[in-house]
Amino acid sequence: MSTLEISHLSKSFGALKVTDDVSLTVPSGELHAIIGPNGAGKTTLISQLSGQLRSDAGRIAMDGRDITGTTMPERVHLGLARSFQITQTLPGFTVLENVALAVQARHGSSFRFWARVASEAALNDAAMAALKEAGLDHRAEARASALSHGEHRRLELACALATEPRILLLDEPLAGVGGEDADAFVAALRAMKGRFTMMLIEHDMDAVFRLADRVSVLVYGRIIATGTPDEVRSDPAVRTAYLGEEEENAA
Amino acid sequence: MTDMTASAPAGRAPALAGRVKAAAILFVLFALFPPVVMLADDPFLVLIGTRILAYAIAALALDLILGYGAMVSFGHAAYLGFGTYAVAILSSYGINDIVLQMLGAVVISAVFALVTGAISLRTRGVYFIMITLAFGQMAFFFFISLSAYGGDDGYGLSQRSTLFGTQVLENDFVLFYATLAVLIGLFAICHRIVGSRFGRVLTGIRENPTRMEAIGYAPFRYQLTAFVISGCMTSLAGVLLANQAEFVSPAFMSWHRSGELIVMVVLGGIGTLAGAIGGAVAALLLEEVLGMMTEHWRLWFGLFLVLMVLFSPRGITGLVEKIGKGRS
Repeated sequence: MSTLEISHLSKSFGALKVTDDVSLTVPSGELHAIIGPNGAGKTTLISQLSGQLRSDAGRIAMDGRDITGTTMPERVHLGLARSFQITQTLPGFTVLENVALAVQARHGSSFRFWARVASEAALNDAAMAALKEAGLDHRAEARASALSHGEHRRLELACALATEPRILLLDEPLAGVGGEDADAFVAALRAMKGRFTMMLIEHDMDAVFRLADRVSVLVYGRIIATGTPDEVRSDPAVRTAYLGEEEENAA
Repeated sequence: MTDMTASAPAGRAPALAGRVKAAAILFVLFALFPPVVMLADDPFLVLIGTRILAYAIAALALDLILGYGAMVSFGHAAYLGFGTYAVAILSSYGINDIVLQMLGAVVISAVFALVTGAISLRTRGVYFIMITLAFGQMAFFFFISLSAYGGDDGYGLSQRSTLFGTQVLENDFVLFYATLAVLIGLFAICHRIVGSRFGRVLTGIRENPTRMEAIGYAPFRYQLTAFVISGCMTSLAGVLLANQAEFVSPAFMSWHRSGELIVMVVLGGIGTLAGAIGGAVAALLLEEVLGMMTEHWRLWFGLFLVLMVLFSPRGITGLVEKIGKGRS
Protein backbone atom coordinates (compact mmCIF):
# COMPACT_ATOMS: atom_id res chain seq x y z
CA MET A 1 0.00 0.00 0.00
CA SER A 2 1.18 3.43 -0.83
CA THR A 3 0.18 7.03 -0.48
CA LEU A 4 -0.65 8.88 -3.67
CA GLU A 5 0.05 12.60 -3.68
CA ILE A 6 -1.10 14.77 -6.53
CA SER A 7 -0.15 18.43 -6.51
CA HIS A 8 -1.15 21.16 -8.93
CA LEU A 9 -1.63 18.73 -11.80
CA SER A 10 -2.73 20.29 -15.10
CA LYS A 11 -3.44 19.16 -18.63
CA SER A 12 -4.82 21.08 -21.59
CA PHE A 13 -5.88 19.92 -25.02
CA GLY A 14 -5.51 23.10 -27.06
CA ALA A 15 -7.44 25.83 -25.28
CA LEU A 16 -9.45 23.32 -23.25
CA LYS A 17 -8.25 22.84 -19.69
CA VAL A 18 -9.13 19.24 -18.98
CA THR A 19 -7.26 18.97 -15.71
CA ASP A 20 -7.09 22.28 -13.89
CA ASP A 21 -4.70 22.53 -10.95
CA VAL A 22 -5.77 19.31 -9.24
CA SER A 23 -4.27 18.63 -5.82
CA LEU A 24 -5.25 15.61 -3.79
CA THR A 25 -3.67 13.23 -1.32
CA VAL A 26 -4.98 9.69 -1.07
CA PRO A 27 -3.58 8.12 2.10
CA SER A 28 -2.36 4.56 2.12
CA GLY A 29 -5.18 2.03 2.07
CA GLU A 30 -7.96 4.47 1.29
CA LEU A 31 -10.58 3.85 -1.37
CA HIS A 32 -11.04 7.24 -2.91
CA ALA A 33 -13.79 7.79 -5.44
CA ILE A 34 -13.79 10.51 -8.07
CA ILE A 35 -17.20 11.49 -9.31
CA GLY A 36 -18.29 14.18 -11.70
CA PRO A 37 -20.50 14.83 -14.69
CA ASN A 38 -19.57 13.59 -18.16
CA GLY A 39 -16.66 15.50 -19.60
CA ALA A 40 -15.34 16.52 -16.20
CA GLY A 41 -11.92 15.06 -17.04
CA LYS A 42 -12.00 11.97 -14.86
CA THR A 43 -10.48 9.58 -17.40
CA THR A 44 -7.88 12.18 -18.36
CA LEU A 45 -6.86 12.43 -14.71
CA ILE A 46 -6.49 8.64 -14.47
CA SER A 47 -4.46 8.64 -17.69
CA GLN A 48 -2.13 11.27 -16.26
CA LEU A 49 -1.74 9.36 -13.01
CA SER A 50 -1.03 6.09 -14.82
CA GLY A 51 1.52 7.72 -17.10
CA GLN A 52 -0.38 7.14 -20.32
CA LEU A 53 -0.69 10.91 -20.74
CA ARG A 54 2.03 13.39 -19.94
CA SER A 55 1.01 16.25 -17.64
CA ASP A 56 1.59 19.88 -18.58
CA ALA A 57 2.40 20.87 -15.03
CA GLY A 58 2.27 19.53 -11.51
CA ARG A 59 3.70 16.63 -9.61
CA ILE A 60 2.65 13.07 -8.86
CA ALA A 61 4.30 11.20 -6.00
CA MET A 62 4.06 7.71 -4.55
CA ASP A 63 5.08 7.55 -0.87
CA GLY A 64 6.89 10.84 -1.34
CA ARG A 65 8.79 9.63 -4.38
CA ASP A 66 8.31 11.82 -7.45
CA ILE A 67 7.06 9.71 -10.37
CA THR A 68 5.95 12.55 -12.65
CA GLY A 69 8.61 11.82 -15.28
CA THR A 70 8.20 8.06 -15.42
CA THR A 71 6.46 6.08 -18.18
CA MET A 72 3.41 3.88 -17.77
CA PRO A 73 5.40 0.59 -17.72
CA GLU A 74 7.80 2.05 -15.14
CA ARG A 75 4.88 3.07 -12.91
CA VAL A 76 3.45 -0.44 -13.14
CA HIS A 77 6.76 -1.76 -11.86
CA LEU A 78 6.58 0.73 -8.98
CA GLY A 79 3.16 -0.67 -8.13
CA LEU A 80 0.78 1.75 -9.81
CA ALA A 81 -1.72 -0.07 -11.99
CA ARG A 82 -4.87 0.99 -13.79
CA SER A 83 -7.90 -0.55 -15.41
CA PHE A 84 -9.52 0.93 -18.49
CA GLN A 85 -13.03 2.18 -19.00
CA ILE A 86 -12.93 0.85 -22.53
CA THR A 87 -11.66 -2.68 -22.12
CA GLN A 88 -8.15 -3.30 -23.40
CA THR A 89 -7.49 -6.97 -23.88
CA LEU A 90 -5.32 -9.18 -26.04
CA PRO A 91 -8.23 -10.55 -28.10
CA GLY A 92 -6.45 -13.57 -29.59
CA PHE A 93 -5.11 -14.74 -26.21
CA THR A 94 -7.03 -16.86 -23.75
CA VAL A 95 -8.23 -15.26 -20.53
CA LEU A 96 -5.52 -17.12 -18.63
CA GLU A 97 -2.83 -15.99 -21.07
CA ASN A 98 -3.97 -12.38 -20.74
CA VAL A 99 -3.52 -12.48 -16.99
CA ALA A 100 -0.39 -14.67 -16.99
CA LEU A 101 1.30 -12.04 -19.14
CA ALA A 102 0.53 -9.44 -16.46
CA VAL A 103 2.06 -11.74 -13.83
CA GLN A 104 5.11 -12.31 -16.01
CA ALA A 105 5.85 -8.59 -16.13
CA ARG A 106 6.52 -8.64 -12.40
CA HIS A 107 8.18 -12.05 -12.13
CA GLY A 108 11.48 -12.75 -13.80
CA SER A 109 12.87 -11.65 -17.13
CA SER A 110 10.82 -11.64 -20.29
CA PHE A 111 14.02 -12.07 -22.30
CA ARG A 112 13.73 -15.84 -22.14
CA PHE A 113 13.56 -17.35 -25.58
CA TRP A 114 13.48 -21.09 -25.17
CA ALA A 115 11.37 -22.50 -22.32
CA ARG A 116 7.66 -22.87 -22.99
CA VAL A 117 5.82 -20.13 -21.14
CA ALA A 118 2.52 -21.99 -21.31
CA SER A 119 3.90 -24.63 -18.96
CA GLU A 120 5.22 -22.23 -16.30
CA ALA A 121 3.10 -23.30 -13.35
CA ALA A 122 4.04 -20.28 -11.22
CA LEU A 123 2.67 -17.85 -13.81
CA ASN A 124 -0.50 -19.84 -14.40
CA ASP A 125 -1.18 -20.30 -10.69
CA ALA A 126 -0.81 -16.61 -9.93
CA ALA A 127 -2.99 -15.78 -12.92
CA MET A 128 -5.66 -18.21 -11.74
CA ALA A 129 -5.60 -16.61 -8.29
CA ALA A 130 -6.18 -13.18 -9.81
CA LEU A 131 -8.96 -14.57 -12.00
CA LYS A 132 -10.64 -16.19 -9.02
CA GLU A 133 -10.58 -12.89 -7.21
CA ALA A 134 -12.15 -11.14 -10.16
CA GLY A 135 -14.70 -13.94 -10.51
CA LEU A 136 -13.61 -15.11 -13.93
CA ASP A 137 -11.68 -18.32 -13.17
CA HIS A 138 -14.38 -20.46 -14.82
CA ARG A 139 -13.58 -18.79 -18.16
CA ALA A 140 -9.80 -19.19 -17.99
CA GLU A 141 -9.53 -21.16 -21.21
CA ALA A 142 -11.89 -18.96 -23.25
CA ARG A 143 -10.51 -16.54 -25.79
CA ALA A 144 -10.67 -12.94 -24.62
CA SER A 145 -12.51 -12.00 -27.82
CA ALA A 146 -15.31 -14.43 -26.90
CA LEU A 147 -16.10 -12.82 -23.53
CA SER A 148 -19.29 -10.96 -22.74
CA HIS A 149 -19.19 -7.32 -21.71
CA GLY A 150 -19.42 -8.11 -18.02
CA GLU A 151 -16.68 -10.73 -18.33
CA HIS A 152 -14.47 -8.20 -20.10
CA ARG A 153 -14.83 -5.91 -17.09
CA ARG A 154 -13.70 -8.76 -14.86
CA LEU A 155 -10.73 -9.55 -17.09
CA GLU A 156 -9.76 -5.89 -16.94
CA LEU A 157 -9.77 -6.10 -13.14
CA ALA A 158 -7.89 -9.43 -13.09
CA CYS A 159 -5.09 -8.01 -15.25
CA ALA A 160 -4.70 -5.02 -12.96
CA LEU A 161 -4.67 -7.27 -9.88
CA ALA A 162 -2.07 -9.55 -11.45
CA THR A 163 0.44 -6.69 -11.61
CA GLU A 164 0.40 -6.72 -7.78
CA PRO A 165 -0.47 -3.05 -7.38
CA ARG A 166 0.15 -0.93 -4.33
CA ILE A 167 -2.10 1.71 -5.83
CA LEU A 168 -4.92 0.70 -8.15
CA LEU A 169 -6.68 3.17 -10.41
CA LEU A 170 -10.06 1.90 -11.57
CA ASP A 171 -11.72 3.69 -14.46
CA GLU A 172 -15.43 2.91 -14.33
CA PRO A 173 -15.08 -0.79 -13.58
CA LEU A 174 -18.89 -1.10 -13.46
CA ALA A 175 -19.54 0.63 -16.78
CA GLY A 176 -22.33 -1.26 -18.52
CA VAL A 177 -22.54 -3.92 -15.82
CA GLY A 178 -26.00 -4.25 -14.29
CA GLY A 179 -28.05 -6.10 -11.71
CA GLU A 180 -26.59 -9.01 -9.79
CA ASP A 181 -23.37 -8.77 -11.75
CA ALA A 182 -22.82 -5.26 -10.45
CA ASP A 183 -23.54 -6.34 -6.87
CA ALA A 184 -21.01 -9.15 -7.13
CA PHE A 185 -18.48 -6.73 -8.58
CA VAL A 186 -19.01 -4.25 -5.74
CA ALA A 187 -18.57 -7.09 -3.26
CA ALA A 188 -15.31 -8.07 -4.96
CA LEU A 189 -14.04 -4.49 -4.76
CA ARG A 190 -15.09 -4.22 -1.12
CA ALA A 191 -13.14 -7.39 -0.33
CA MET A 192 -10.02 -5.75 -1.75
CA LYS A 193 -10.29 -2.69 0.44
CA GLY A 194 -7.27 -2.22 2.65
CA ARG A 195 -4.98 -4.38 0.51
CA PHE A 196 -3.96 -1.49 -1.66
CA THR A 197 -4.81 2.13 -2.12
CA MET A 198 -7.60 2.55 -4.64
CA MET A 199 -8.82 5.40 -6.73
CA LEU A 200 -12.17 4.71 -8.31
CA ILE A 201 -14.00 6.55 -11.04
CA GLU A 202 -17.60 5.46 -11.16
CA HIS A 203 -20.94 6.67 -12.43
CA ASP A 204 -22.94 4.30 -10.26
CA MET A 205 -23.55 6.62 -7.27
CA ASP A 206 -24.95 3.79 -5.22
CA ALA A 207 -21.74 1.83 -5.59
CA VAL A 208 -19.60 4.88 -4.90
CA PHE A 209 -21.33 5.79 -1.67
CA ARG A 210 -21.26 2.19 -0.48
CA LEU A 211 -17.59 1.65 -1.21
CA ALA A 212 -15.66 4.87 -0.86
CA ASP A 213 -13.88 6.11 2.25
CA ARG A 214 -13.74 9.56 0.75
CA VAL A 215 -15.10 11.12 -2.42
CA SER A 216 -13.83 13.96 -4.59
CA VAL A 217 -16.06 15.80 -7.01
CA LEU A 218 -14.48 16.82 -10.30
CA VAL A 219 -16.21 19.46 -12.42
CA TYR A 220 -14.57 20.98 -15.51
CA GLY A 221 -11.20 19.62 -14.46
CA ARG A 222 -11.34 21.10 -10.96
CA ILE A 223 -11.95 19.40 -7.66
CA ILE A 224 -14.81 21.33 -6.08
CA ALA A 225 -15.20 19.19 -2.97
CA THR A 226 -13.50 16.34 -1.11
CA GLY A 227 -14.84 14.53 1.91
CA THR A 228 -16.61 11.49 3.30
CA PRO A 229 -19.62 10.31 1.29
CA ASP A 230 -21.96 12.00 3.78
CA GLU A 231 -20.07 15.29 3.66
CA VAL A 232 -20.05 15.29 -0.13
CA ARG A 233 -23.69 14.36 -0.37
CA SER A 234 -24.69 17.31 1.77
CA ASP A 235 -22.28 19.81 0.19
CA PRO A 236 -24.40 22.54 -1.42
CA ALA A 237 -21.90 23.24 -4.23
CA VAL A 238 -21.90 19.57 -5.16
CA ARG A 239 -25.67 19.39 -5.10
CA THR A 240 -26.00 22.20 -7.60
CA ALA A 241 -23.08 21.16 -9.80
CA TYR A 242 -23.67 17.48 -9.94
CA LEU A 243 -25.99 15.58 -7.70
CA GLY A 244 -28.88 17.94 -8.29
CA GLU A 245 -28.45 17.43 -11.96
CA GLU A 246 -28.59 13.67 -11.45
CA GLU A 247 -31.76 13.91 -9.39
CA GLU A 248 -33.37 16.06 -12.02
CA ASN A 249 -32.43 13.48 -14.62
CA ALA A 250 -33.85 10.74 -12.48
CA ALA A 251 -37.11 12.66 -12.07
CA MET B 1 0.36 -2.67 -39.17
CA THR B 2 -2.07 -4.19 -36.74
CA ASP B 3 -4.78 -4.29 -39.38
CA MET B 4 -2.71 -6.48 -41.62
CA THR B 5 -2.14 -9.09 -38.96
CA ALA B 6 -5.27 -8.87 -36.87
CA SER B 7 -6.65 -12.03 -38.37
CA ALA B 8 -3.63 -14.09 -37.41
CA PRO B 9 -4.40 -16.17 -34.33
CA ALA B 10 -2.24 -15.99 -31.25
CA GLY B 11 -1.39 -19.65 -31.47
CA ARG B 12 -3.63 -22.00 -29.54
CA ALA B 13 -2.07 -25.28 -28.56
CA PRO B 14 -3.77 -27.63 -31.07
CA ALA B 15 -3.12 -25.34 -34.04
CA LEU B 16 0.47 -24.99 -32.90
CA ALA B 17 0.99 -28.74 -32.85
CA GLY B 18 -0.62 -28.90 -36.29
CA ARG B 19 1.89 -26.43 -37.60
CA VAL B 20 4.82 -28.42 -36.30
CA LYS B 21 3.35 -31.43 -38.05
CA ALA B 22 2.93 -29.43 -41.26
CA ALA B 23 6.54 -28.28 -41.07
CA ALA B 24 7.71 -31.82 -40.40
CA ILE B 25 5.87 -33.03 -43.51
CA LEU B 26 7.49 -30.26 -45.56
CA PHE B 27 10.94 -31.18 -44.23
CA VAL B 28 10.46 -34.84 -45.13
CA LEU B 29 9.37 -33.86 -48.64
CA PHE B 30 12.43 -31.62 -48.95
CA ALA B 31 14.68 -34.45 -47.81
CA LEU B 32 13.19 -36.78 -50.42
CA PHE B 33 13.60 -34.22 -53.18
CA PRO B 34 17.24 -34.88 -54.26
CA PRO B 35 16.87 -38.69 -54.61
CA VAL B 36 13.74 -38.20 -56.71
CA VAL B 37 15.56 -35.68 -58.85
CA MET B 38 18.39 -38.18 -59.31
CA LEU B 39 15.90 -40.59 -60.81
CA ALA B 40 14.69 -37.82 -63.11
CA ASP B 41 18.34 -37.30 -64.06
CA ASP B 42 18.17 -33.51 -63.86
CA PRO B 43 20.75 -32.38 -61.28
CA PHE B 44 20.04 -28.74 -62.00
CA LEU B 45 16.77 -29.14 -60.10
CA VAL B 46 18.75 -29.67 -56.89
CA LEU B 47 20.16 -26.18 -57.25
CA ILE B 48 16.68 -24.79 -57.72
CA GLY B 49 15.66 -26.70 -54.60
CA THR B 50 18.52 -25.12 -52.63
CA ARG B 51 17.42 -21.70 -53.78
CA ILE B 52 13.89 -22.40 -52.59
CA LEU B 53 15.15 -23.57 -49.19
CA ALA B 54 17.29 -20.46 -48.79
CA TYR B 55 14.31 -18.22 -49.49
CA ALA B 56 12.25 -20.32 -47.11
CA ILE B 57 14.75 -19.41 -44.40
CA ALA B 58 14.37 -15.72 -45.20
CA ALA B 59 10.57 -15.93 -45.25
CA LEU B 60 10.58 -17.80 -41.94
CA ALA B 61 12.75 -15.08 -40.40
CA LEU B 62 10.49 -12.35 -41.76
CA ASP B 63 7.38 -14.09 -40.44
CA LEU B 64 8.83 -13.94 -36.95
CA ILE B 65 8.51 -10.15 -36.92
CA LEU B 66 5.76 -9.66 -39.51
CA GLY B 67 3.44 -12.36 -38.23
CA TYR B 68 4.19 -12.30 -34.52
CA GLY B 69 5.34 -8.72 -34.06
CA ALA B 70 3.21 -6.89 -36.65
CA MET B 71 6.38 -5.29 -38.01
CA VAL B 72 6.09 -5.18 -41.79
CA SER B 73 9.73 -4.78 -42.78
CA PHE B 74 10.03 -3.75 -46.41
CA GLY B 75 13.81 -3.79 -46.27
CA HIS B 76 14.56 -7.35 -45.36
CA ALA B 77 16.41 -8.07 -48.59
CA ALA B 78 19.23 -5.98 -47.14
CA TYR B 79 20.00 -8.85 -44.79
CA LEU B 80 20.07 -11.30 -47.69
CA GLY B 81 22.61 -8.94 -49.20
CA PHE B 82 24.74 -8.82 -46.06
CA GLY B 83 24.83 -12.61 -46.11
CA THR B 84 25.85 -12.85 -49.75
CA TYR B 85 28.49 -10.14 -49.48
CA ALA B 86 29.84 -11.64 -46.25
CA VAL B 87 30.73 -14.68 -48.38
CA ALA B 88 32.22 -12.60 -51.21
CA ILE B 89 34.20 -10.20 -49.07
CA LEU B 90 35.49 -12.70 -46.52
CA SER B 91 36.48 -15.20 -49.21
CA SER B 92 38.44 -12.49 -51.01
CA TYR B 93 40.47 -12.25 -47.78
CA GLY B 94 40.94 -16.01 -47.75
CA ILE B 95 38.27 -16.74 -45.15
CA ASN B 96 36.26 -19.50 -46.78
CA ASP B 97 34.89 -21.26 -43.74
CA ILE B 98 31.10 -21.08 -43.88
CA VAL B 99 30.74 -20.87 -40.11
CA LEU B 100 32.99 -17.81 -39.98
CA GLN B 101 31.18 -16.29 -42.95
CA MET B 102 27.86 -16.84 -41.21
CA LEU B 103 29.27 -15.26 -38.09
CA GLY B 104 30.39 -12.23 -40.10
CA ALA B 105 26.98 -11.95 -41.76
CA VAL B 106 25.22 -12.17 -38.40
CA VAL B 107 27.42 -9.53 -36.77
CA ILE B 108 26.99 -6.95 -39.53
CA SER B 109 23.26 -7.70 -39.72
CA ALA B 110 22.86 -7.34 -35.98
CA VAL B 111 24.52 -3.92 -36.05
CA PHE B 112 22.48 -2.76 -39.04
CA ALA B 113 19.21 -4.09 -37.57
CA LEU B 114 19.93 -2.55 -34.19
CA VAL B 115 20.55 0.92 -35.60
CA THR B 116 17.89 0.98 -38.32
CA GLY B 117 15.38 -0.87 -36.14
CA ALA B 118 15.81 1.58 -33.29
CA ILE B 119 14.99 4.42 -35.68
CA SER B 120 12.23 2.61 -37.61
CA LEU B 121 10.42 1.53 -34.45
CA ARG B 122 9.78 5.15 -33.57
CA THR B 123 7.17 5.01 -36.32
CA ARG B 124 4.13 2.84 -36.92
CA GLY B 125 2.07 1.47 -39.77
CA VAL B 126 2.85 2.67 -43.23
CA TYR B 127 5.67 4.88 -41.92
CA PHE B 128 7.43 1.84 -40.53
CA ILE B 129 7.13 0.16 -43.93
CA MET B 130 8.50 3.23 -45.70
CA ILE B 131 11.42 3.78 -43.37
CA THR B 132 12.54 0.16 -43.48
CA LEU B 133 12.31 0.40 -47.27
CA ALA B 134 14.51 3.50 -47.19
CA PHE B 135 17.16 1.80 -45.07
CA GLY B 136 17.04 -1.24 -47.35
CA GLN B 137 17.64 0.99 -50.36
CA MET B 138 20.56 2.67 -48.61
CA ALA B 139 22.20 -0.72 -48.15
CA PHE B 140 21.39 -1.57 -51.78
CA PHE B 141 23.09 1.56 -53.12
CA PHE B 142 26.05 1.07 -50.82
CA PHE B 143 26.79 -2.26 -52.51
CA ILE B 144 26.08 -0.79 -55.96
CA SER B 145 28.89 1.65 -55.33
CA LEU B 146 31.23 -1.01 -53.97
CA SER B 147 33.33 -1.20 -57.11
CA ALA B 148 35.94 -3.55 -55.59
CA TYR B 149 33.24 -6.21 -55.66
CA GLY B 150 31.85 -5.44 -59.07
CA GLY B 151 29.35 -2.76 -58.08
CA ASP B 152 26.22 -3.08 -60.14
CA ASP B 153 27.56 -6.07 -62.11
CA GLY B 154 28.12 -8.25 -59.11
CA TYR B 155 31.00 -10.52 -58.29
CA GLY B 156 31.58 -14.16 -59.18
CA LEU B 157 32.83 -16.42 -56.44
CA SER B 158 35.88 -18.51 -57.26
CA GLN B 159 34.71 -21.29 -54.97
CA ARG B 160 31.98 -22.21 -52.56
CA SER B 161 32.47 -21.94 -48.82
CA THR B 162 34.31 -24.67 -46.99
CA LEU B 163 32.85 -26.65 -44.12
CA PHE B 164 35.35 -27.59 -41.38
CA GLY B 165 38.15 -27.23 -43.89
CA THR B 166 36.56 -29.55 -46.46
CA GLN B 167 35.10 -28.69 -49.84
CA VAL B 168 32.01 -30.84 -49.38
CA LEU B 169 29.68 -27.95 -50.21
CA GLU B 170 30.97 -27.98 -53.79
CA ASN B 171 28.66 -30.94 -54.16
CA ASP B 172 25.17 -29.66 -54.96
CA PHE B 173 23.53 -32.40 -52.93
CA VAL B 174 25.58 -31.61 -49.83
CA LEU B 175 24.78 -27.92 -50.19
CA PHE B 176 21.10 -28.78 -50.47
CA TYR B 177 21.12 -30.84 -47.28
CA ALA B 178 23.22 -28.26 -45.46
CA THR B 179 20.64 -25.61 -46.37
CA LEU B 180 17.85 -27.92 -45.25
CA ALA B 181 19.64 -28.47 -41.93
CA VAL B 182 19.88 -24.70 -41.38
CA LEU B 183 16.20 -24.30 -42.23
CA ILE B 184 15.14 -27.02 -39.80
CA GLY B 185 17.38 -25.59 -37.06
CA LEU B 186 16.01 -22.08 -37.52
CA PHE B 187 12.44 -23.35 -37.62
CA ALA B 188 13.02 -25.09 -34.29
CA ILE B 189 14.48 -21.89 -32.83
CA CYS B 190 11.60 -19.74 -34.14
CA HIS B 191 9.09 -22.26 -32.84
CA ARG B 192 10.64 -22.12 -29.37
CA ILE B 193 10.85 -18.32 -29.43
CA VAL B 194 7.19 -17.99 -30.35
CA GLY B 195 6.16 -20.22 -27.45
CA SER B 196 8.52 -18.61 -24.93
CA ARG B 197 8.08 -15.75 -22.48
CA PHE B 198 9.61 -13.42 -25.05
CA GLY B 199 7.32 -14.69 -27.79
CA ARG B 200 4.25 -14.16 -25.67
CA VAL B 201 5.27 -10.57 -24.98
CA LEU B 202 5.97 -9.98 -28.68
CA THR B 203 2.58 -11.39 -29.69
CA GLY B 204 0.90 -9.39 -26.94
CA ILE B 205 2.37 -6.18 -28.33
CA ARG B 206 0.95 -7.12 -31.73
CA GLU B 207 -2.47 -7.67 -30.19
CA ASN B 208 -2.67 -4.50 -28.11
CA PRO B 209 0.33 -2.30 -27.24
CA THR B 210 -1.68 -0.17 -24.80
CA ARG B 211 -2.64 -3.20 -22.76
CA MET B 212 0.98 -4.29 -22.69
CA GLU B 213 2.17 -0.92 -21.40
CA ALA B 214 -0.56 -0.98 -18.76
CA ILE B 215 0.75 -4.25 -17.36
CA GLY B 216 4.33 -3.06 -17.34
CA TYR B 217 5.95 -3.75 -20.72
CA ALA B 218 7.79 -1.14 -22.75
CA PRO B 219 7.14 -2.51 -26.30
CA PHE B 220 10.23 -0.98 -27.93
CA ARG B 221 12.90 -3.23 -26.44
CA TYR B 222 11.01 -6.42 -27.28
CA GLN B 223 10.21 -5.34 -30.81
CA LEU B 224 13.79 -4.26 -31.42
CA THR B 225 15.16 -7.56 -30.12
CA ALA B 226 12.85 -9.50 -32.44
CA PHE B 227 13.83 -7.23 -35.34
CA VAL B 228 17.52 -7.96 -34.75
CA ILE B 229 16.95 -11.73 -34.42
CA SER B 230 14.99 -11.72 -37.66
CA GLY B 231 17.64 -9.74 -39.53
CA CYS B 232 20.41 -12.07 -38.36
CA MET B 233 18.45 -15.16 -39.43
CA THR B 234 17.76 -13.66 -42.83
CA SER B 235 21.47 -13.06 -43.40
CA LEU B 236 22.09 -16.81 -43.03
CA ALA B 237 19.82 -17.32 -46.02
CA GLY B 238 22.06 -14.87 -47.88
CA VAL B 239 25.19 -16.88 -47.08
CA LEU B 240 23.54 -20.00 -48.50
CA LEU B 241 22.20 -18.15 -51.56
CA ALA B 242 25.66 -16.87 -52.43
CA ASN B 243 26.90 -20.46 -52.36
CA GLN B 244 23.97 -21.65 -54.42
CA ALA B 245 24.50 -19.00 -57.12
CA GLU B 246 28.31 -18.81 -56.72
CA PHE B 247 27.73 -15.19 -57.51
CA VAL B 248 26.78 -12.13 -55.49
CA SER B 249 25.23 -8.89 -56.68
CA PRO B 250 23.18 -6.01 -55.29
CA ALA B 251 20.18 -7.59 -57.06
CA PHE B 252 19.82 -9.83 -54.02
CA MET B 253 18.94 -6.79 -51.93
CA SER B 254 16.71 -4.74 -54.20
CA TRP B 255 13.36 -3.65 -52.87
CA HIS B 256 11.61 -6.07 -55.23
CA ARG B 257 13.22 -8.84 -53.30
CA SER B 258 11.96 -7.40 -50.01
CA GLY B 259 8.49 -7.34 -51.52
CA GLU B 260 8.81 -10.94 -52.67
CA LEU B 261 9.68 -11.99 -49.14
CA ILE B 262 6.52 -10.30 -47.86
CA VAL B 263 4.53 -12.03 -50.61
CA MET B 264 5.92 -15.40 -49.53
CA VAL B 265 4.88 -14.80 -45.92
CA VAL B 266 1.40 -13.56 -46.86
CA LEU B 267 0.91 -16.36 -49.36
CA GLY B 268 1.80 -18.96 -46.76
CA GLY B 269 -0.27 -17.37 -44.01
CA ILE B 270 1.18 -14.80 -41.66
CA GLY B 271 2.10 -15.73 -38.14
CA THR B 272 2.34 -19.45 -38.72
CA LEU B 273 6.09 -20.12 -39.35
CA ALA B 274 5.39 -23.32 -41.31
CA GLY B 275 3.22 -21.22 -43.60
CA ALA B 276 6.14 -18.96 -44.46
CA ILE B 277 8.14 -22.00 -45.57
CA GLY B 278 5.22 -23.25 -47.64
CA GLY B 279 4.72 -19.76 -49.03
CA ALA B 280 8.33 -19.56 -50.19
CA VAL B 281 8.02 -22.94 -51.90
CA ALA B 282 4.74 -22.01 -53.55
CA ALA B 283 5.92 -18.59 -54.73
CA LEU B 284 9.18 -19.85 -56.21
CA LEU B 285 7.61 -22.93 -57.79
CA LEU B 286 4.95 -20.75 -59.38
CA GLU B 287 7.69 -18.46 -60.63
CA GLU B 288 9.53 -21.43 -62.18
CA VAL B 289 6.46 -23.11 -63.65
CA LEU B 290 4.70 -19.97 -64.92
CA GLY B 291 8.05 -18.67 -66.16
CA MET B 292 8.43 -21.76 -68.34
CA MET B 293 4.95 -21.35 -69.79
CA THR B 294 4.87 -17.66 -70.55
CA GLU B 295 7.00 -14.57 -70.59
CA HIS B 296 4.27 -12.67 -68.78
CA TRP B 297 4.30 -14.97 -65.77
CA ARG B 298 4.19 -12.04 -63.33
CA LEU B 299 0.71 -11.19 -64.57
CA TRP B 300 -0.57 -14.67 -63.76
CA PHE B 301 1.30 -14.72 -60.50
CA GLY B 302 -0.35 -11.44 -59.56
CA LEU B 303 -3.76 -12.83 -60.41
CA PHE B 304 -3.09 -15.89 -58.30
CA LEU B 305 -2.05 -13.67 -55.38
CA VAL B 306 -5.19 -11.56 -55.65
CA LEU B 307 -7.42 -14.65 -55.64
CA MET B 308 -5.51 -16.11 -52.73
CA VAL B 309 -5.81 -12.98 -50.59
CA LEU B 310 -9.50 -12.62 -51.47
CA PHE B 311 -10.54 -16.20 -50.85
CA SER B 312 -8.07 -17.33 -48.23
CA PRO B 313 -6.76 -14.33 -46.32
CA ARG B 314 -4.80 -16.67 -44.08
CA GLY B 315 -2.95 -18.03 -47.07
CA ILE B 316 -2.03 -21.62 -47.74
CA THR B 317 -2.23 -22.36 -44.02
CA GLY B 318 -5.84 -21.22 -44.03
CA LEU B 319 -6.60 -23.44 -47.03
CA VAL B 320 -4.96 -26.49 -45.47
CA GLU B 321 -6.80 -25.94 -42.20
CA LYS B 322 -10.10 -25.61 -44.05
CA ILE B 323 -9.50 -28.84 -45.94
CA GLY B 324 -8.45 -30.59 -42.73
CA LYS B 325 -11.64 -29.42 -41.00
CA GLY B 326 -13.79 -30.51 -43.94
CA ARG B 327 -12.38 -33.99 -43.74
CA SER B 328 -12.88 -34.41 -39.99
